[in-house]
Amino acid sequence: MARSALTGTRIRERRTLLGLKQADLARAVEISPSYLNLIEHNRRRIAGRLLAEIARALGADVAQLTRGAGAELVDQLGQAAADLPGAGAETGRIDEFTGRFPGWAALVRDQHRRIEQLQDRIEGLSDRLSHDPRLGSAMHEVLSKATAIRSAASILVETEDIDEAWQRRFHRNLQGDSLALAESAQALTAFLDGAGAARAEPATPWGELELFLERHRFHFPALEAGAPVAALLDDAAGMSAPGRSLTRAWLERYRREAALLPLDEVIAALERGQAAQARLGAARGLPVTLVLRRLASAPPVPGQDPVGLVVCEPGGAIALRKPASGFLVPRTGSACALWPLYEALGAPGRLVSRQLLHSSGSGNPVRAFAVAEPRWPFGAEGPCLSEGWMALLPQPGGDGAGALPVGSACRVCVLAECPARSEPSVMTPGL
Amino acid sequence: MGRHVLLIEDEPNITEAMRFILARDGWTVSSHADGATAVAAVSRARPDVVVLDVMLPGRSGYDILRDLRADPGTRRLPVMMLTARGQLRDRERAESFGVSHFMTKPFSNQEVLETLNSLVAS
Repeated sequence: MARSALTGTRIRERRTLLGLKQADLARAVEISPSYLNLIEHNRRRIAGRLLAEIARALGADVAQLTRGAGAELVDQLGQAAADLPGAGAETGRIDEFTGRFPGWAALVRDQHRRIEQLQDRIEGLSDRLSHDPRLGSAMHEVLSKATAIRSAASILVETEDIDEAWQRRFHRNLQGDSLALAESAQALTAFLDGAGAARAEPATPWGELELFLERHRFHFPALEAGAPVAALLDDAAGMSAPGRSLTRAWLERYRREAALLPLDEVIAALERGQAAQARLGAARGLPVTLVLRRLASAPPVPGQDPVGLVVCEPGGAIALRKPASGFLVPRTGSACALWPLYEALGAPGRLVSRQLLHSSGSGNPVRAFAVAEPRWPFGAEGPCLSEGWMALLPQPGGDGAGALPVGSACRVCVLAECPARSEPSVMTPGL
Repeated sequence: MGRHVLLIEDEPNITEAMRFILARDGWTVSSHADGATAVAAVSRARPDVVVLDVMLPGRSGYDILRDLRADPGTRRLPVMMLTARGQLRDRERAESFGVSHFMTKPFSNQEVLETLNSLVAS
């Protein structure tokens, strides 16, 4: 069952809420009650004029009936099922589950999200145990003192004829080493307690930056007005040093770019639509990545979803995500290979623009602009490093004609016969 | 068969305990606590076996081992590394540099004696 099937469920819910009988709604939109019944039970696809008429009769927007949290929730539940393939979740019935039990579905999603956060945290702590110099030094201190104590204690116990001078010496060493061990152990405990207290925080510098930006909805009015970044960094006080450094660099660039491309121009382009967005910054010769960042930094325009943003680091991992409605970016594993972001990474410096529609068929299309910014940090003879940037601009009211269907990731994608598929889907058996 | 051991270890009480047990076992024991000058100390002392800590002030035990293996005079010198880090990759790193034996702290005195005797015997 395609995820757009949820539209029928929403129609039924909305009609019931309004106290309308099926026959009344069917008459209002000039279809038979039996056909409406099939639509409401998700056995007939609905789109176009009929959908618009039903929406009007129900006093709702088309978007309210076709999108919302549904597609995202289904995607997220699909991710949860894919992460535990042995659990036997009925992936073919996710639509029914989300439609009938939205509260339970949200609970499963939230718990899955929490598990992902904890896994991130565990990986981060494991990494820290291996590489944190302070922790390495503290562990070394504890084990060195324990070694000295063990050796001295063994000598005292096992050497029957030890003379008094040596005996006193080792007793003194034991006393000194045991005190030092106690101090080292306390310091180590305090360090680990500190690490545990921050367990809900992200484990990577990019993750810290993403959380910081999310808290501010990626928009900083003070920087738009040219204020210095220092005051904003107070909010980043709890971050690791690398996270704070990354955040400072982001904010300083934000401030510079806000001066080059003022917010009112960005908002005007968002309000005017696709053509204006595509031209934004071109007259001044501004870099495309700057324009994409400015679009994603703007507050939402009334009636539109916020602009999404995805950043792919030169090593290939997705470093930062600002979700666009309906377009989830997986936190683990690879994303959909059809995303223009990857196309752009294959041709650094070239702007790739594509209209995209979520593979479920639900939701509004988005216009994606992607570009990979090449750098040669080792000089002309060295490797080229490309950082990929992709902005996702909602196209409200768009019908998606000619749009490229894409998913979030293969394992939760329902696209049949997709040439880019790299692993089977858990959503539809056989794909 | 020579029985001169050089302890390159910066923790004085470990050095003292090892010096005691090795001396009682008949070993001639020298010690050195600084990583930066450890290679020169080996050249001067000309021991039959070296006990080398990984974390030393001035220079890591891995770097010291690499230099010892690059020098024809010490290429075959038995070296036992002591480390508080017992993770697999530390052991693999030490082995890739040509360590003769890898021992993690805390260790037993008996274990040290047996290993050093075995290294000089072979």
